[in-house]
Amino acid sequence: MAANQTLQRRQSQLTRGRLPSYAIWVVVAASLILGAAISSLVGFSVVGWAIITAIVFVLAATIVTAVAEGERKAKDKLVTFLVYGAFLIALIPLVSVLWTVLERGVPGLSYNFLFTSMNGVTGAVDNQAVEGGTPVLGGAYHAVLGTLQITLWATLISVPIGLLTAVYLVEYGAGKNLTKAITFFVDVMTGIPSIVAGLFAAALFTLLFGPGTRTGFVAAVALSVLMIPVVVRSTEEMLKIVPNELREAAYALGVRKWRTITKVVIPTAISGIASGVTLSIARVIGETAPILVTAGFASSINWNVFSGWMSTLPTFIYYQILTPTSPTSPDPSTQRAWAAALLLILMVMLLNLVARFVAQIFAPKTSR
Amino acid sequence: MSINSLKASTDRGRAGDKIFSGVSLAAGVLILAVLFSVAVFLMVQAAPILSADPAEVTGGEGFAAYILPIVIGTVVAAAIALIIATPVGIAVALFISHYAPRRLARAFGYVIDLLAAIPSVIYGAWGYIILAPQLAKGYAWLAENLGWIPLFAGPASQTGKTMFTAGVVLAVMVIPIITSLSREIFLQTPNLHEEAALAMGATRWEMVRMAVLPFARPGIISATMLGLGRALGETMAVALVLSPGALGASLIRTGNQTIAAEIALNFPEAFGLRLNELIAAGLVLFVITLIVNMIARFIITRHKEFSGAN
Amino acid sequence: MKALRFGRAAAVISVAALALTACGSDNATGDTPAAEGAASSAAGVAVSGTLTGIGASSQNSAMEAWKAGFESMNQDAMVQYSPDGSGAGRKAFLSGGAQFAGSDAYLKDDEMTQAMEVCGPDGALNIPAYISPIAIAFNLGDVTELNLDAPTIAKIFTKAITTWNDPAIADQNEGVELPDTPITVVHRSDESGTTENFVDYLSAAAPEVWTYEVDGAWPADLQSENAKGTSGVVQTVTSTDGAITYADASAVGDLGKAKVKVGEEYTEISSDAAAKAVEVATPVEGRPELDMSLELERDTTESGAYPVVLVSYHVYCTTYDSQETVDLVKAFGSYVISEDGQAEAEASAGNAPLSATLSEKAQMAIDSIKVAS
Repeated sequence: MAANQTLQRRQSQLTRGRLPSYAIWVVVAASLILGAAISSLVGFSVVGWAIITAIVFVLAATIVTAVAEGERKAKDKLVTFLVYGAFLIALIPLVSVLWTVLERGVPGLSYNFLFTSMNGVTGAVDNQAVEGGTPVLGGAYHAVLGTLQITLWATLISVPIGLLTAVYLVEYGAGKNLTKAITFFVDVMTGIPSIVAGLFAAALFTLLFGPGTRTGFVAAVALSVLMIPVVVRSTEEMLKIVPNELREAAYALGVRKWRTITKVVIPTAISGIASGVTLSIARVIGETAPILVTAGFASSINWNVFSGWMSTLPTFIYYQILTPTSPTSPDPSTQRAWAAALLLILMVMLLNLVARFVAQIFAPKTSR
Repeated sequence: MSINSLKASTDRGRAGDKIFSGVSLAAGVLILAVLFSVAVFLMVQAAPILSADPAEVTGGEGFAAYILPIVIGTVVAAAIALIIATPVGIAVALFISHYAPRRLARAFGYVIDLLAAIPSVIYGAWGYIILAPQLAKGYAWLAENLGWIPLFAGPASQTGKTMFTAGVVLAVMVIPIITSLSREIFLQTPNLHEEAALAMGATRWEMVRMAVLPFARPGIISATMLGLGRALGETMAVALVLSPGALGASLIRTGNQTIAAEIALNFPEAFGLRLNELIAAGLVLFVITLIVNMIARFIITRHKEFSGAN
Repeated sequence: MKALRFGRAAAVISVAALALTACGSDNATGDTPAAEGAASSAAGVAVSGTLTGIGASSQNSAMEAWKAGFESMNQDAMVQYSPDGSGAGRKAFLSGGAQFAGSDAYLKDDEMTQAMEVCGPDGALNIPAYISPIAIAFNLGDVTELNLDAPTIAKIFTKAITTWNDPAIADQNEGVELPDTPITVVHRSDESGTTENFVDYLSAAAPEVWTYEVDGAWPADLQSENAKGTSGVVQTVTSTDGAITYADASAVGDLGKAKVKVGEEYTEISSDAAAKAVEVATPVEGRPELDMSLELERDTTESGAYPVVLVSYHVYCTTYDSQETVDLVKAFGSYVISEDGQAEAEASAGNAPLSATLSEKAQMAIDSIKVAS
């Protein structure tokens, strides 16, 4: 009796021609079996099984839907599967990277690591740690400070310049030759290899302040060269998609153009701009090569970006991996490198949160 | 409010307008100036290579013979990366913006943004410690079964440190960039367009195809170009993952090299002419990016009608 | 409401930032600073200031040790060293960007001429500071020792010998059970002093087999598996059965190491054997009397010498502008080549110490550094 009722409900006008919800599980089961069968023919492996099953499933489900519900529904299903599939595929390496960093980084995150520098830590100290089983000494405190300071200065330089340039491109300069030139050259700037940006900044400061000028600020300038195009490019896209109706409504109320831009256009796009800025910081915070030639390499704490050498987390990681403090027992160095990598990711995470938060404050209330 | 005060506020407004437009113009010009000086710097540093004796250039056959293989290598690596990353990146962005449950979507978006920030050294280390040995098994299979295709000609690399691995690592690095920007743009699609499409009885895919994608096309291209910029200019990850060598068609054998990695590997010990040579290679990379971007801009301007602010 | 929320977040963030930045320490090892008395007695004069060096990454580990040792004896002095690479170091030194360079090769003649511009008419001094034997390391299961002569090594690296049980190897290693594993040659992908010294050895000791140019980059015609940096090649060899490479002895860990044929016997790699090879080296011709650029005799037949060795130099100016800098350079330079300094470096980096005779000569050279007139 109950079965009869469900049957009748399914026959109702709105759901006619749709597959019952259990159909998808039938297809899953069938594909699993078929996948196992085919993969055992070519030599069984779990990976092969998963891949073949996925392919069989997508094909079968699409065909079944096509037969039962029509071609348009089938296309929709196919794309849905592909989108989900792409997401899963993208997750595999990304999760693997994160897992690798977590697995190898967490053991190194000690109090020592977070709050001391590498000052005075030599290979002998590391050898002792390995042989005597004592805790690994030395940390990344100086590198954390360096990263924060250099990135902060790079952001202070690039964000205003990048933001204003994007405003000019979208709001003031539309159609002008200068706009075309700037857009074009900003694109070209995205292709500057990072080491070239570093060399350029080093050469510039050598010209201005004499040879061997290496400070955190030089590094910040080098990073700005890399950062500006990302800021401009992403901000420009975000400003462009602010609907013209909003601008026109503001003008119609007699609001000045600059007020319209600062109060209407930028707030509307702020979430995207914040994303873009975060992305640009993310792009440069992990740079190694330009830092090496501009800020040198320090193992002790330096609070002054305008004088003295500095380390950042990426250069710290780089040298800990490539030239371990103790070549005979590189494990402590490797441990420090992974812990530093984890720390860097955590820092970016925090920064990301802040950016989102700021964006939320300024963003207008929307339906989304 | 008297008439006078209204006038005063307008005057102030006008000044504000002038200052604001002036400052933004100045920012734009500053960028041009910086880029110009970078270009001058590169050219001055690269110039000696043009007049150099071909025999003294690495390889002994002149700069063109030196640079051509690594130009091809660069393009191939970036192409592999983009072929993988663009569809996946866009699909992931779509998943986050239009497919995933709203609450999960925010979390996913957050994680993806985060991944854009992992330093390239880490991707490189992950590439050669974790990924390469995994792919090496696949390469052995490819060489055995599909070896007659030049792309998969054996003998496969034992360590898996090949061009294809480098391409995959680059793709993993580029996906977050493409996803992050595309997602923002997908989310900005006018609600009315989407709802109109759904009201007409469109399926979700038809809605995406007819309302979201056309709106987002220039943005997607921009995002892809930014990703490409990273793929072309990436040094450390490629330097760690690839086992470089002479140019070859096979993607699963040791060999090939990219410009950025060539610079990174040889710069520390470079001296004299070799240094000029590497900077000239940097200039060439610059030109490649320029050409690719020109093509992208050309495509975008052809689809300009969908942009909001024109 | 918004302002309140923002204020709260700002407070949290700034507190977190303060917490993070306030309690960092430069005292990583927990040592108490050395007593003042020790400072002045060790260096003779109290020195202060910052000494900047740029150069070879091979010296990095030893340099960390020298830095730590020197700074603990001289509280007011600081040494900073950026391991950018030998080329970058020499370039910076010659343009006045660094007070000394660390380099895996001594300055070439034209560089010596260039050095006169920054260092005055007497130019620069090349002083050997870091000696590291280069191991020929392989991964071959239970086999941890092999006897190899130079032509065989050259044939392996030119891929003329492709399996481990090749008669050329087997003849030199009676009683060792060699598998038929194919040989995977692993070399450095970056330009390096290690490659240059290894190739220099091959071309001097096996000139008939090794006909390639001596250069910091591996010959392009011989491309094989490769990796970046010493740690990269060691990692690759460790994970690949049947692989062989050349790398600084301190970094090869548990890999098998070849004994190299010198004269009639096979010499095991060791610090002493490396130091001996450097001792029998001849000074480069046409250099100032005190300069210590060394021409290593790779084909030496001296018993007990291990000729596959990397000598890394410190390059100083003969004159500096101020007395303060001169004192600082002299104090640091003397410490590096002193018995203490070399022992510190050995404990950290696992390199070979300078012999007493070399150290004495180096001290004479450093004593000659003076203020520009």
